[in-house]
Amino acid sequence: MGNLLSLKFAFQKVGLKPEVGLDRSQIKNADAIAIPGVGSFQTATKKLDQVRDLIIDLAGGGIPVIGICLGMQLFFPESEEGGGQGLGLFKGKNVRLPNYVKVPHMGWNSLKIIKQNKILEGVNDGSYVYFVHSLFPEPTERNIVCTETNYGKTFASTIAKKNVYGTQFHPEKSGDIGLKILRNFAQIVAR
Amino acid sequence: MPLAKRVIPCLDVNHGKVVKGINFVNLRDAGHPVDLAKRYSDEGADELVFLDITASSEKREILRETVKSVAKAISIPFTVGGGINNVSDARLVLCNGADKVSVNTAAVRDPSIITELAEVFGQQCVVIAIDAKRRKEDRPDAITVETPEGKVWFEVYTYGGRNPTGIDAIRWAIQAAGLGAGEFLVTSMDKDGTEDGFDLELTRKVSESVNVPVIASGGAGIPEHFLEAFTFGKADAALAASVFHYSKYPVPIVKEYLRKKGVIIRP
Repeated sequence: MGNLLSLKFAFQKVGLKPEVGLDRSQIKNADAIAIPGVGSFQTATKKLDQVRDLIIDLAGGGIPVIGICLGMQLFFPESEEGGGQGLGLFKGKNVRLPNYVKVPHMGWNSLKIIKQNKILEGVNDGSYVYFVHSLFPEPTERNIVCTETNYGKTFASTIAKKNVYGTQFHPEKSGDIGLKILRNFAQIVAR
Repeated sequence: MPLAKRVIPCLDVNHGKVVKGINFVNLRDAGHPVDLAKRYSDEGADELVFLDITASSEKREILRETVKSVAKAISIPFTVGGGINNVSDARLVLCNGADKVSVNTAAVRDPSIITELAEVFGQQCVVIAIDAKRRKEDRPDAITVETPEGKVWFEVYTYGGRNPTGIDAIRWAIQAAGLGAGEFLVTSMDKDGTEDGFDLELTRKVSESVNVPVIASGGAGIPEHFLEAFTFGKADAALAASVFHYSKYPVPIVKEYLRKKGVIIRP
């Protein structure tokens, strides 16, 4: 369950004017798109059906896009969890966390910075952010991985490629560090 | 680095005000939930828990407003409990910005609510709160634990600690985990308000019995108690109220102590 209201409040804090919705004209007129994590991959892909082509077009056209948690997983075509087609913006797939650790991975864990990016400006290596998830994405293109996190396995916790950004953690729940990341996104939108 | 251990201040909220009464003579108004939440969030609390003890018809409206204001003020996760009886109560809280709901009585009454909540909102949203008390009398079917005071089992209480159920807390935790509980908030009624430490045997036994995170609660008085909860108690998080409200040991002091002792803590 993505916490939509908290994300909305967090975007407001960093100076953006978020609108919640799946309306095609609303999305077409937006300056940026955020895809939060709500429910299961299956529920989300079903909802995405009505706007999938539009989001793929807009993302391809250079509009800033941020995917959070499940929203980031939706950038990939498929999930081990099953259920429908993701956006396929990136190659790879979402896989389950190993069963020898407590799942969901819930709590504060650290970011190891692999590759600097605008979205991570001012974020130090080893910063703690808040995670709640049972699956994680395995991107085929290794060069889109900006941070990694270890929990039973080392996985990509921040990815970025051109105008498309994804975080497996919840910046809206990650205190000052999270707000910094969202502020970076707001600056990218303002450019 | 593995997952950091969490330090969680708990706020008991009545009619939109934070209250804490147990064992405190010079009780001062602990304040407005939003102000306290903001303070704890700024001080580095890893998460917050709100237990709404309001019992009245306007409860839902007050709760909605409080939860929403808190969500706006902080940027760390928070759980809301107290009188969550069904999916619609949970939705009210979650749609207004809470990250998890904590359920005790309703789940004991009808365990299927755990599965229902997990299916609708996701397992990570469902915290099962267990209020438990040590029992020394023999009961052949109970799961017992060796403690310094001898062999005990733990009995589940509902309705804010007023109603003994006869249910074995460890068996209940195992059952609830199987039904989809995402986390356990385990409060020792023997220790709550005493400030002489968590019930470590209880915490440890639940932690060893389930494969989801466990929050130790009840009895925190000094930073060492948090350390014990994480080491001997094997807890993933430790919760306290009065220690933080009255600034005896503010969150940063507790966290700094833990860090020095080698516990992995979010700075």
